[in-house]
Amino acid sequence: MTFEEINRNAKLEWEALQKGVSIFVGTATCGRAAGALDVVDAFNEELARRGLEVPIVRVGCTGLCYADPFVTISKPGSLRVAYANVTPESVPRLVEGYVAGDDPCLELALGTVEGGEGETIVIPELPRFGRELRLILRHCGYIDPENVNHYIANGGYGGLEKALRMSPEKVIREVEKSGLRGRGGAGFPTHRKWELCRKAGSRPKYVICNADEGDPGAFMDRVVLESDPHQVIEGMIIAGYAIGAEQGYIYVRSEYPLAMERIQIALREAKELGFLGDNILGSDFGFQIEIAAGAGAFVSGEETALIAAVEGKMSTPSPRPPYPAESGLWGKPTLLNNVKTFGYVPLIIEQGGDWFGSIGTEGSKGTAMFTLAGKITNSGLAEVPMGTTLRELVYDIGGGIAEDKQFKAVQIGGPSGGCLPETLLDIPIDYDSLRGAGSMMGSGGMIVMDEDNCMVDAARFFLDFSTKESCGKCTTCRLGTIQMLHILEDITAGRGKIEDIDLLLALAEDVKMGSLCGLGKTAPNPVLTTLRYFRDEYEAHILEKRCPARVCPELTVYYILPDKCDRACEHCVLTCPTEAIKGEKGEVKIIDQEKCTKCGTCLEVCPPEYNAVVKLSPVSLLPSSNPSGKRAGE
Amino acid sequence: MIKEEQASQAVAEILGHHKKEKNNLIPLLQEVQTRLGYLPRKALQEIADFLQMPDVEVWGVATFYNQFRFVPLGKYHTVVCMGTACHLAGGRLILDALERELGIKVGETGKDGNFSLERVACIGCCMLAPVIVIKDKIHPKMTPFRVEEALIPYKQEAQGEPEEGKTKSKS
Repeated sequence: MTFEEINRNAKLEWEALQKGVSIFVGTATCGRAAGALDVVDAFNEELARRGLEVPIVRVGCTGLCYADPFVTISKPGSLRVAYANVTPESVPRLVEGYVAGDDPCLELALGTVEGGEGETIVIPELPRFGRELRLILRHCGYIDPENVNHYIANGGYGGLEKALRMSPEKVIREVEKSGLRGRGGAGFPTHRKWELCRKAGSRPKYVICNADEGDPGAFMDRVVLESDPHQVIEGMIIAGYAIGAEQGYIYVRSEYPLAMERIQIALREAKELGFLGDNILGSDFGFQIEIAAGAGAFVSGEETALIAAVEGKMSTPSPRPPYPAESGLWGKPTLLNNVKTFGYVPLIIEQGGDWFGSIGTEGSKGTAMFTLAGKITNSGLAEVPMGTTLRELVYDIGGGIAEDKQFKAVQIGGPSGGCLPETLLDIPIDYDSLRGAGSMMGSGGMIVMDEDNCMVDAARFFLDFSTKESCGKCTTCRLGTIQMLHILEDITAGRGKIEDIDLLLALAEDVKMGSLCGLGKTAPNPVLTTLRYFRDEYEAHILEKRCPARVCPELTVYYILPDKCDRACEHCVLTCPTEAIKGEKGEVKIIDQEKCTKCGTCLEVCPPEYNAVVKLSPVSLLPSSNPSGKRAGE
Repeated sequence: MIKEEQASQAVAEILGHHKKEKNNLIPLLQEVQTRLGYLPRKALQEIADFLQMPDVEVWGVATFYNQFRFVPLGKYHTVVCMGTACHLAGGRLILDALERELGIKVGETGKDGNFSLERVACIGCCMLAPVIVIKDKIHPKMTPFRVEEALIPYKQEAQGEPEEGKTKSKS
């Protein structure tokens, strides 16, 4: 088939779908976790019961994960309506109201969906769409990721078709004009890697897509692969053409089974239509892609370590040079880019490098994609032009802090990034500003912390992660991070000394200097930034034995306020897993501090009308009238 | 639990459709683990012989990656997410509660073979934090108290009818 014929068939299928009523359910992992498959079942059941034949399209994720399960119903000549947090119980109402009838069920609606047909979809009722610019996310939640025709009908594989009519050098020049920088974290100019690979003499050459998204709290790549895998595949094929490679690999972490499944389907479809294989679209260029399933190692995100993993070895990094562009997989020239980097490529080729270069800031072009998680109202994904401020991202798009709590910090870049305070919320999001503040762009994980989070504990958490994931090759990383962790553990347990702060700073420098790869070089960042911006919390732990957020268990006690305790209520007594709470019926309940494991169940179950359980820090605040014999921590 | 003979047979079958190339090591380990639920020592030796690699190299690779386990899983494999969002929402309390309720530590399988407990770095469901996964089902927004509740049906099932078709462990 020629591309024209493929395109025509795809458009026919897509248009047929638009002619009738259709139900779209977000079924990415996030949607499934929230119960989307039960909602699909409920729709099937209800439609069957009413004898209606309406297609249910399983789309990916729109990025509004807080609204999952997320359903849109489209109707020709009428509004396309989006519904948030749909449950199987609300399905009959939706079917009766809007699928069968003309009532758009506004009480359940989140908003209307506009755009589509080549335009990015927006929900105008949500102000965030005014701030966002969705390039990678443009099809996510709109098309069926398991149907290549949906992608093609919306412009898919047009970039490849155009690239094949250009010379490889021209393709690289277009990427150069776009100013695209790698989205894996370090921000290396993409065209430079491509050029180096193109010029490398040895053959064969390889293209590898790095989908080893190991940063805890980041899931952009997962969403992209589960919602619109073809754009990544198309980008890889174009890259293969540009550098002269015939073989590509997608290295996906095994923790993402659905992403893996959807890539497999997408690869099969691409092969069937002749986008992969020999003589792609009638040209003399041939390219294959295989999946390499990661076995779980954070360090595999580093390019030389990832290559070792594909070769079946322990995933440890190697010194560079030689760079993978000269000597990578099996010693051959290898191009490694992140999922999102490849995702931009088809658009850049189709719409031109100048167009992409017009978006963003001087040094950082295009958009940035973030996962919003932690204490933020609208958890999920967002894609904004580079240069958007953190404040816009947290408040205008993320909806601010959940439960009206006080903002404390935003953590960007995961275990390699840093925690930034309120005063830095107005810095623009771009590679250089974030690095200047001690953080980094990273792969795009953004975690918001509020007054209830302890910054020393957060630093300890990230360091704990880095020590577990250190591959062990470099001594400073293997042992230095562990020493830093021990110091942080001492501080959070109230055993810290004020000199420890200088020791942490010195060790941090050593770990940075003495480690080969990005994991070690950046592992101290969470400690350094929390020390830089939240030093008062470290000092409170060390000097006053006080955890300001009342998180660190050794520095915190649970206490039942006698004047608030209802006395007749026994919720805490009955649920305490260690039977630490005593008190006869009608008497004030008292926590035995020696038995208390600080699990927090009493605080959770104490009815809100009493709210009698509080956390105190330092433990010396525990009234001496608390007849526990001994105060905790003494 | 799978008998040694059956395990060897399964391993031989998997080896049968792979080339003797070292870069197949990780896919082989993954396939064997998918089939057997874990990597018995004997299976590792069989893989080493097949690829003509020293045992220690296979052991090195297998122990390097987080995915591989060397003890059989429980019937109700329980995973607690210790990602950033889950940690900030009290993940450590959830882990404590699971260890207390199940009477096993992370990485262990109970003596009766019913429950096993594992921690993972992030399952990417941060908006539902903190989460646990019991036998492939995600339980969102956990609290120490809700952990107790979430385990009840599995504990009951474990004591009652083990016959139900769904109880076969997937991984």
